[in-house]
This record gives sequence, C-alpha cells and structure tokens, in this order.
Amino acid sequence: MSIWEYANPKKFMQTSGIVLPWVSALAAICLIIGLTWGFFFTPDAVNFGATVKIIYLHVPSAMMAINAWVMMLIASLIWLIRRHHVSALAAKAAAPVGLTMTLIALLTGAIWGEPMWGTWWAWDPRLTSFLILTLFYLGYLALWQAVDNPDTAADLTSVLCIVGSVFALLSRYAVNFWNQGLHQGASLSMDAKDHVSNIYYIPLLISIAGFILLFLSLVLLRTRTEIRSRRLAALLLRERIA
Amino acid sequence: MRYTRRMTLTVTNLGCTRGGLCVLDGVSFVVKPGQILVLQGPNGIGKTTLLRTIAGLQPPQSGQIAAPADSIAYAAHADGIKPTLTVGENLTFWAAIFGTQNISPALAAIQLTALRSRPATSLSAGQKRRLGLARLLVTGRPIWLMDEPTVSLDTASTALFIAMIASHLGQGGSALIASHIHLGLAAATYLNLTPYANHIAPQPSPFDGVTA
Amino acid sequence: MISLLMRDITLAMRAGGGFGLGLAFFLLVAVLVPLGVGPDPITLAKIAPGILWVGALLACLLSLDRLFALDAEDGSLDLLATAPVPLEAVVVIKSLAHWLVTGLPLTVIAPALGLLLNLPTSGYPWLVAAFGLGTPALSVIGAFGAALTVGLKRGGLLLSLLVLPLYVPTLIFGAEVIRRGALGLDATTPLLFLAGITLGSTALLPIASAAAIRVNLR
Repeated sequence: MSIWEYANPKKFMQTSGIVLPWVSALAAICLIIGLTWGFFFTPDAVNFGATVKIIYLHVPSAMMAINAWVMMLIASLIWLIRRHHVSALAAKAAAPVGLTMTLIALLTGAIWGEPMWGTWWAWDPRLTSFLILTLFYLGYLALWQAVDNPDTAADLTSVLCIVGSVFALLSRYAVNFWNQGLHQGASLSMDAKDHVSNIYYIPLLISIAGFILLFLSLVLLRTRTEIRSRRLAALLLRERIA
Repeated sequence: MRYTRRMTLTVTNLGCTRGGLCVLDGVSFVVKPGQILVLQGPNGIGKTTLLRTIAGLQPPQSGQIAAPADSIAYAAHADGIKPTLTVGENLTFWAAIFGTQNISPALAAIQLTALRSRPATSLSAGQKRRLGLARLLVTGRPIWLMDEPTVSLDTASTALFIAMIASHLGQGGSALIASHIHLGLAAATYLNLTPYANHIAPQPSPFDGVTA
Repeated sequence: MISLLMRDITLAMRAGGGFGLGLAFFLLVAVLVPLGVGPDPITLAKIAPGILWVGALLACLLSLDRLFALDAEDGSLDLLATAPVPLEAVVVIKSLAHWLVTGLPLTVIAPALGLLLNLPTSGYPWLVAAFGLGTPALSVIGAFGAALTVGLKRGGLLLSLLVLPLYVPTLIFGAEVIRRGALGLDATTPLLFLAGITLGSTALLPIASAAAIRVNLR
C-alpha cells in the first residue's frame, strides 16, 4: 500500500481519527513527566540558579518553531507537485501552531534573558532570527486569510512558503553577519554532554518528545477541522444552488 | 493579405468551472478557417469562462482543446487600454508584443486614424471598444476569441465590426464570439449553450464522502 | 520586450503615473528622522546607513501595489498572459521598469540625503555602490509580493506584510556596506553578498512571480 493513500481525505480522516487520541495522550504523558522532572527534581545549576529550568519550555518550543516551518515547506511542496488537498490543509493547520511555538520561544527567552543577561531583549542573532521568523509566519497566515478560493490560497501560500524559506535562511546568515551575539551555542548537539549535563539532559529529551507529539496532535486536530470545514463549505454550496 | 497558416480550433467535450461551480459540460465544436461560431446563452451561462478556458487562462475541468500554437488572439471584456497613452501608442505596444509592425491598416479598418494621437482617456466607450477590436487586427493571429465585441458600439460601428469580421474570414481567419444578443453576421453558425447537466452543480470536491 | 519596458516607463512618467512619489517620500524620511532624533551630527552619522536603507525600502513599497494591479484592472494582464511572451519575462521587464523609475532615482539622490544625515565622506562611494547593486533586488522581490496579491481587492497592506520580511537580507547587507564604508573599513564582503542577493533573486524569483500571476488569473 502506498503512503499516498493517506493523502485521500476519507482515508486520512479514518486513520487520523484512530491515531489522534493516542498521540494526544502520549504528548500529555511526556510533557507531564518531562516538565515535572525538569522543574522539581533537578538541582539548581551552579552558575545559573533555578532560572535554568525554563530550558524545558524554551528549547523544545524553539525547535518546534523551526520544525513547523520545515513541515509546512514539505507539505507545500507535496501540494504543488502532487496536488494532495490534505497536504495543503496540513500546511495551513501547522502555521498557527508554529507561530505559537515561536512566540513561546521568544517569551521564555525573554524571561530567561532578564536574570541571565540583565535584559529582556537584545538584538542578538538568534533572537532576531526568531523575530523575523514570526514575521514570516504572520505573512503566511495573512495570505491564507486574504484569498477566497481555497485552491488559489493553497497555491499562493505554497509558493510564498518556498520563497520565504530561502529568504528566512538568508536572513539567518545576514543576521549572524550583522551581530555576533551573546546567546550561547545550541543546547543540544551530538556531543550534548559538553553543553548540558546528564541530570538536565534526560528530562529535556522527554520534554522535546512531548513537544513533538503535542505539535503532531495539534496539527492532526487542526487538519481534521480544516477538512471538515471544506466539506461543510461544499455542502453549503450545494444547498444554496439546489 | 491572407493568413499564411490555416488553423482549426477543435473543442471536445469541454467542461469549465467558475468560482467552484461547474458551469458548462460536454461542449464540443469545431471552428475551421473562414468560419465563425457565435456562442449564445443568457448571462451567467459561462460564455466568458469558456473563452478564458480556450485562451488558456484557466485549466479545463474536463475535455480537450486543440489549436495550433500561437494561433489564438483573445479579446476580453476589458480592452487593456492605458488611458494616458495615445491611441497610436496603445496599438503600437500590442503590435510590438505580437511582433507585427504596421498599425495603420488596423486603425483605418476600424476608422480610428483621425484619433491616432489622441490620449485614450478622451475616447468614448464605443471608441475604446473599437480600439480593442483594432488590437485583434495587429496580433496577426488567425483565430479570434471575442467576448461581447459589440457592447457599446453604435449602428455605424457595428457595421464596421461586421465588415472587419468579413474581411478576417475572407483572409482565412476564423472567430469564436460570445454574445448574448443576435449579431447580424450572415456567415455565422450559432451554438446555444445549455447549463451543465441541465443545472449548475458544484465542482466535485476532493472532500466528498468525508464523514464526521 | 523593449516595447513593454518603454510602455511601463512612459506610463510612470505621464500624469498620474506616480513617478517621483517614492523620491519625495525618501526625502521626507531623511528630513523627518533628524527632526525626531535631534541634530547631533555624531548620532545622525551613526544611524544614517540604516535610515537611508529603511527609507529606500518604504519608498519602493509605495509603488509596488500598482505594478500588476493596474494591468489586472484594465485587462492588460489577461492579454499579456495570452500574448507570445513568457510571463516570466514580463515580470522581469516590469521589475526593471519599476527599478528604473524608483530604485535608480533613489540611488542618484541618496548621496544628497547622506549629506543631510551627516554621513562621513568615506561612505559615499559605498553608499552609491550599495544602492546601485541592492535596489534592483527590492524591485524584483517586490514584484513577487505584487504577483501574490494581484487578485486581491485591497492588497496594499498585505503586500507590505509579505514583502518587508523578504527585504531583511537586502536591508542588513545594504546598511552594513554603508556602515563599514562610513567607518573607513573595506565593505567588499557585504557588497558581494548584496550583489549575490540581487542576482539570485533576479534569476529565480520571476519564475515564482509568474506562477503566482497565473494562479491569480485563473
């Protein structure tokens, strides 16, 4: 059986209906374990104090902010190449979730930055890149909102998503070039132990898994809602004509 | 002057959509050189949609359109006239885009020669429409798609239009005209469009059959 | 193609074409900012590169919503799309015409506004180079935004929301060139980046813009 069969709206609704509760439950479990462990059962860091614990919200949301855009890019490409409507709607469904993740990352970053650097906001490359990413999300959502015909909107937003991805990357490099920054390097990498010690590392991984599952369940839920609303629009149209 | 290539427009089982509605279905006809076909039907039947589909501006819902490459010239409701340019400048631009040079015969044919250096903003609605018709002449293309060409034309101008069409057909050209009124074209055949499956229906939605 | 370029330039220059509006706006920005910031020459010299580029972005944006919308309104866009010219080429030519009537005049007048903002002498060659190489990107990227919004009734505000984030790399590298130039440093690296953005977007973006126009005409 081809994977593309799940792109059939009917098949997608059936499968996602079965998967959704499980994904949501798993997301809740991971988040509860990861966050509780992280917040209450890890020691305060030597240099950072208790503030370090916001890492369990900050790092996963920042990762999902970028991953959501990457997912939208892939879904847009699938729509443009294979014309699967579910794919276009999944991209649409992911955008507000991605925007929210970006805002959470910015907000937790500010809360963390105040005790650490003594400022709520600095025009640091990473922070600036996230602010620019917010603008890209806003533009993408505004275009969906502005176009009446859903297929036209899907086409235009897909093209915008592809072009936006290139320019978002360009902006990232431009911003690096523009200011070398005070943000620490990536918190996670292949040799993660050099950055974050084990005590913090495992609950962080669980939180990240929780955020990924949360993103997945929100996107599934929103895609299902979008499909229903398209079906409803088609039914209403039929009713008005008859 | 004759069109060097003789070209036929063949439309087979064409279905078109407008704003999510199937407006036409199973439209078939052939327009050969020297022929003229008038599409008739009330407002909203899909005449403009059909012409836009044949012109390649929107994809057909079903069916085929066969015409040689670069043979079709499309004249829409709007004439694409820039008010701040003169009549001559407007026409010269379209001639250059279609790779033809001489606009004088076209101006003469539709009796706009005297207005050549007038800015288009000073033209009346009928004169603008005549300029739009002259644009078809400078395209040098044999198959004309015309959307309500006689709107805002007076009796004399309509006569000019009929003469222009006759000469176009005489040169081996052809025309597909959408009109809700009966044009006084002697050589024309008429096609009455009937609504899609006798009633306008929504375009098949990819989400049909989705429950709950 | 030349005829399309000439037509667009003629239309912009004739009455009601809006030529000079962007230029006047640019001038206003350069006059208003010192009024708001205060007359201290050192502060002004410091912010001059940024002000000049932000002014250029906004001045460019002013005329973008007319780029395809006017042609769409009077039917020319339908006719151009069915004419024997590739729509990609139409986009390139119209962007070029837009640059010739906005970007190029901005480049010419920018040194005079640099003077108003107390830009140090060593910055002027870099200012002209940055504007000359960077403003074409503004027109090409702007044309993409205009193509996305051509079917919308009131696309102007949306156009700004779509286009301004895309202007970020151009803004950063463009201002960096002038900033380094004003400090007497070598600004070749950001200038090359700027040129790269202009060349890259001129080569690739018209394909996306033409696709967006086709979708909008459907």
